[in-house]
Amino acid sequence: MGKRIAKEVSIAVAEAVKQCKVDVIAAYPITPQTHIVEHLSELVANGELDAEYITVESEHSAMSACLGSVATGARTFTSTSSQGLALMHEILFIAPALRLPVVMVVANRALSAPISIWNDHGDIMAERDIGWIQTFAENGQEAVDLVYHAFRVAEDRRVMFPAIVNIDGFTLSHMIEPIELPDQEQVDQYLPPFKPRYKLDPRKPISMGPVGIPEIYMEAKKAQDEAFKNAYKVIVKAWDEFEKVFGRRYHPIETYRMEDAEVALLIMGSLAETAMTAVDRMREAGKRVGLVRIRLWRPFPLRDFVRAVKGVKMLAVIDRALSPGATGGPVATEVRSALYQVPGRPRVVNFIAGLGGRDVTVEDFEEMADKAYFYMKKKPKEPYEMFGVKE
Amino acid sequence: MRKEWAKFKGFSAKNLPKEEPLAPGHRACQGCGEVLALRLALKALGLNVIAVSATGCMEIISSPFPYTSWRVPWLHVAFENAAAVASGVEAALKALKRKGRFPKNRRVDVVAFAGDGGTADIGLQALSGALERGHDFVYICLDNEAYMNTGVQRSSCTPYGAMTTTSPPGARSFGQMTWKKNVPAIAAAHNIPYVATATPAYFLDLMNKVKKAALVDGPAYVHIYSPCPTGWGTKGEDSITLAKLAVETRIFPLYEVIDGKYYLTRKVTKPKPVEEYLKRQRRFRHLTEAQIREIQERVDAEYERLLKLAECL
Ligand SMILES: Cc1ncc(C[n+]2csc(CCOP(=O)(O)OP(=O)(O)O)c2C)c(N)n1
Ligand code: SF4
Repeated sequence: MGKRIAKEVSIAVAEAVKQCKVDVIAAYPITPQTHIVEHLSELVANGELDAEYITVESEHSAMSACLGSVATGARTFTSTSSQGLALMHEILFIAPALRLPVVMVVANRALSAPISIWNDHGDIMAERDIGWIQTFAENGQEAVDLVYHAFRVAEDRRVMFPAIVNIDGFTLSHMIEPIELPDQEQVDQYLPPFKPRYKLDPRKPISMGPVGIPEIYMEAKKAQDEAFKNAYKVIVKAWDEFEKVFGRRYHPIETYRMEDAEVALLIMGSLAETAMTAVDRMREAGKRVGLVRIRLWRPFPLRDFVRAVKGVKMLAVIDRALSPGATGGPVATEVRSALYQVPGRPRVVNFIAGLGGRDVTVEDFEEMADKAYFYMKKKPKEPYEMFGVKE
Repeated sequence: MRKEWAKFKGFSAKNLPKEEPLAPGHRACQGCGEVLALRLALKALGLNVIAVSATGCMEIISSPFPYTSWRVPWLHVAFENAAAVASGVEAALKALKRKGRFPKNRRVDVVAFAGDGGTADIGLQALSGALERGHDFVYICLDNEAYMNTGVQRSSCTPYGAMTTTSPPGARSFGQMTWKKNVPAIAAAHNIPYVATATPAYFLDLMNKVKKAALVDGPAYVHIYSPCPTGWGTKGEDSITLAKLAVETRIFPLYEVIDGKYYLTRKVTKPKPVEEYLKRQRRFRHLTEAQIREIQERVDAEYERLLKLAECL
């Protein structure tokens, strides 16, 4: 077992990618993802990582090159943020449809305009429907662990879908945290070599990316969707295995002090750590408040989620992205829809908070929980509320 | 000459490869110059190839699932990124060979195909990136001088005066009002080892150039002029004649750029007037004599410029 050493999370993520023995990296720099790709190029430059590093001229080409690489049978990694992710958009849909398991770390950052390098989830929420496996890390250790997990699941022949590990830009990517990097033998034990069933090889030619006429398009899409839903089992199984090899346990949905909770905060990403402190304080004050965190965002773990919020009266969903003119932030609309058919479901209030790097403090979470209590008695006028906006 | 060509004797009518990496039965229009160029290029390359296609006519006509015309491994991702996708394929092969996961001594040529739209317009950035990075691959632009797949819209390779659905002649327009972008020159400006122009009318020349492009270490670019009867308003059986005329009128000169040096591969000493070429095509039917003269002058000037650049073989 490796030692816990204080490391910048980005550096640790790059080290984890190295331990996964990637063959090809194609990436384009953007704040706050830069430290990950800089460190990887350093590892390649000094021979610690035997990989081809393609210094592409854009993120669109980064993702395109990644697809070419995986299709040829190479383990492939990239990383980006915000505008870079948006520039990849077109190609992101093609990866899962062609069942090409690229792994990507997204250091989440707000989208322009106004241009902002700071953290929120606007970038990834615009990519909600691309069909990639998507997880959100809370802390540095989890960021690293989710990288091993992403490769293992994505490349599993029962899955063969690309995977994104989301880490909050700066507030997670640039933190220095105590992180345990496992021994290489452990990683090797957990992550078998990449052996795709189909690849581009003149010894056995196949055509990838054909035209889908109307008679087959829906069938192709249904097959993709079914396979994606089935990936859930493999994802969870891979976390069981993870515990056996590395000793740490992960679930699709994480709960904190949810026993007997009547109000629950729901969040994704690194802000959950702040929210936990708020929950502790409120518990001390005798309020029955708990916390739910979504780790696996796609495929959405519906059953785990419903189980996690059972018995809750008010669910306060904190969205880190805005969907202008919608009935809520992306997480809230998802969750409302997930709960609609559930008898005795909790009511949902939705706060859009922490956009473009705006701090969300312990006190803010307490205030949101208090508002949730207030709305138990009095229905909110609007389906969502921008929280903490200066008047 | 480059050392990689030392063993290559060249194709002739006597030693044409038997393989047809592109199977017949595809859905191209009759007389399609692009599919002919594609077939000849693949014949020259052989079966040890990984091919990448951009979205466009050739991708559409060759791959309606569950059929495929490709007897070599083939990947289509999107419209503007063939060069980037090919970069990934090439890098992966390099890594896999180095790590012993692909036979080290097995030669595999990576080739990207795209139309003039996918090359000169939306794909120019990806192409430039891939050429500049020095990937060992061949990029083939099949230039039919417009976006045919979407219904004959203009591209930056559409010739001056040509009518397309987005460069229609009208009260204030005579068709395409800009001059054709010189993509081979742009490719050559990347200081890559090999750039060439070709056309299926001179099929041995085309095949030899594609083969030389593949043999070269590093990036190579081949720009193939490909008549499109559907988009040009020409007869299918005229495609080869038109392609010949384009060369004989000096509208589309055949040359190579080897390590930055220009070589004319077919010097046209007694050029035919451009009018002979233009008048056979519906897309130029509306042109006035003055405009045709203007085109003739431009063609002459361009050819002079090329002569200055080139040493004749
Ligand atoms: C991003 C994007 N924009 C537009 C299109 C629509 N489109 C598909 S093929 C094509 C034109 C292809 O023209 P060209 O590259 O010249 O090839 P051709 O069909 O003439 O062989 C266009 C505009 C697309 N597929 N993707
Ligand atoms: S439209 Fe033109 S390029 Fe396309 S298949 Fe028909 S002839 Fe060929």
